[in-house]
Amino acid sequence: MTEFVKPSVEYFELWPLLVVFGVACLGVVVEAFAPRGARYVAQVVLSLGGLVAALVGVVLVARDVQTYDDGAARGVLAIGGTIAIDGPSLFIWGLVLALAIGGVLLFAERHLDGGVSAFAGQASAVPGTDAETAAIAANREHTEVYPLMMFAVFGMMLFPAANDLLTMFVGLEVLSLPLYLLSGLARRRRLLSQEAALKYFLLGAFSSGFFLYGAALIYGYAGSMDFAAINEAVRNDVGSSSLLLIGTGLLSVGLLFKVGAVPFQAWTPDVYQGAPTPVTAFMAAGTKVAAFGAIMRLFYVALGADRWSWQPMLWIIAVLSMFVGAALAITQSDIKRLLAYSSVAHTGFILTGVLGLQATDQLALGEISSVQAVLFYLTTYGFATIGAFAVVSLVRDSGGETTAIDRWAGLGKESPVVAAVFAFFLLAMAGIPLTSGFVGKLAVFSVALAAGAWPVVVAAVIASIVAAFLYIRVIKVMYFDEPVGDGPRVAYPSVLTATTIAVGAAVTLALGVLPGPVLDLAAVAGEFIR
Amino acid sequence: MTEYVVLSAILFTIGCVGVLTRRNALVVFMCVELMLNACNLAFVAFARQHGNLDGQIAAFFVMVVAAAEVVIGLAIIMTIFRTRRSASVDDASLLKY
Repeated sequence: MTEFVKPSVEYFELWPLLVVFGVACLGVVVEAFAPRGARYVAQVVLSLGGLVAALVGVVLVARDVQTYDDGAARGVLAIGGTIAIDGPSLFIWGLVLALAIGGVLLFAERHLDGGVSAFAGQASAVPGTDAETAAIAANREHTEVYPLMMFAVFGMMLFPAANDLLTMFVGLEVLSLPLYLLSGLARRRRLLSQEAALKYFLLGAFSSGFFLYGAALIYGYAGSMDFAAINEAVRNDVGSSSLLLIGTGLLSVGLLFKVGAVPFQAWTPDVYQGAPTPVTAFMAAGTKVAAFGAIMRLFYVALGADRWSWQPMLWIIAVLSMFVGAALAITQSDIKRLLAYSSVAHTGFILTGVLGLQATDQLALGEISSVQAVLFYLTTYGFATIGAFAVVSLVRDSGGETTAIDRWAGLGKESPVVAAVFAFFLLAMAGIPLTSGFVGKLAVFSVALAAGAWPVVVAAVIASIVAAFLYIRVIKVMYFDEPVGDGPRVAYPSVLTATTIAVGAAVTLALGVLPGPVLDLAAVAGEFIR
Repeated sequence: MTEYVVLSAILFTIGCVGVLTRRNALVVFMCVELMLNACNLAFVAFARQHGNLDGQIAAFFVMVVAAAEVVIGLAIIMTIFRTRRSASVDDASLLKY
């Protein structure tokens, strides 16, 4: 037994993580002690302030961080090597924080539904009872959603930065648990929302069980949960390779569930549809960014030497995700389910970038690495997704949001601006030139080609064409179909939602026209440290 | 050591099959907990085999996480039970296609 050594805590580098966690805890205190009327403003200000402070911290740390261990990559191993604060971590932290600011703005929106937020007045009140009527009459709302969201953001930052399997598991759970609760808190259509929470929870807990057993087997193989030690063990081929193979498979189940890759996509449409739209927007963008960060770190840092055994698996899953996602999206009649299946297809495209892993010295000069391509794609996907779901929350009828696609007919006449912005997000997801989606797809396809995965790239190009059809179908419905009945109504949002949509659209356009700065930023982020 | 790992694999499989076949959300959830406990057994067995403490520490972390998961899970299952008067996972079937 080795002697216990007190780990050093790198407070400066951990500042973004600590401030988000601190604000989440403070939010709980506010919930306990502040009077009901003051909580809304207090929570929104606290969350936004915390996120901005963390974002500033990320920028400062990124400017300051030194090269690690004489290698090319820059970064610091914090708290006894359990958290790796390197370029990709910092890039993902910045991205998650930016998306979370958008999320808070959407959560705080009160203009769309007559002065109340999208969350249940009192989640414990059974729908259709006197208790619920009283809660609605008193204009109650759950301000607990802000601390819950901050805990989820903390998990999303811990998950991709974790440098051992145990920290990664804790990050996975801290990210997931608040999201299970948030999915069940919709003000309208409570039954759908509760059902979404139940399905998300049971399937999520099931998949994290797989992740954990995989972690136990890899620990059994390598004798340590540290990624550097696992990498060492894989290189030297110690222990039984069946433990390693089964462990890798089980870990992948847990991670691929979180990104919604086929065959683990079943929860995606149900949860995206049932959850309150602001939660869907935040979750769809943030979870995918965080989970892909974790996937890359696990596969590249810990299991990079064993890539001949996991790359074929990712080939199959990437191709399946693209085709199943695109094909099932075509058959959907609900816009949130359609966007959910389209996110499954995007998972396939991002995996195309993940499997383009090559050793750094194999890269030709000026060629982008797979980490860089995936980080860029995640940026484009995150902003387009949060913007698209924010637009979905604007189209309403008397029963709340109207998400049936045929009810969107005639939106182009009703509100040309909203229809145009939504069409723009859809074109970005389809990957039309001059939008960010095009550059993102180009980046992941080119790294996969460079790594010799041309069958996947051919499949991805075909899947992009199939997917383009479904986005264009929605655009056709909005502009060229005759409205059903009195047609859709567009609610006027406050500056909060408007800002989120405007920033999403601006980033999507800017990354399509001028992708250079963000690609450079991803290049500066460099590689993972171990 | 192999015996304990095999036992944990058996427990994990029982939990896994239970999740897939049982219809009551509470029983499904109990089966998930069984899977987590199977992981704990594997962690502790491997810790003994490798002679370091990492696995035992992991088991403590897993217990804490499982406790948090119980709180969240029971809250969700209870809300849906109060609304539907049923905890069957088959009844909750509004979201499809």
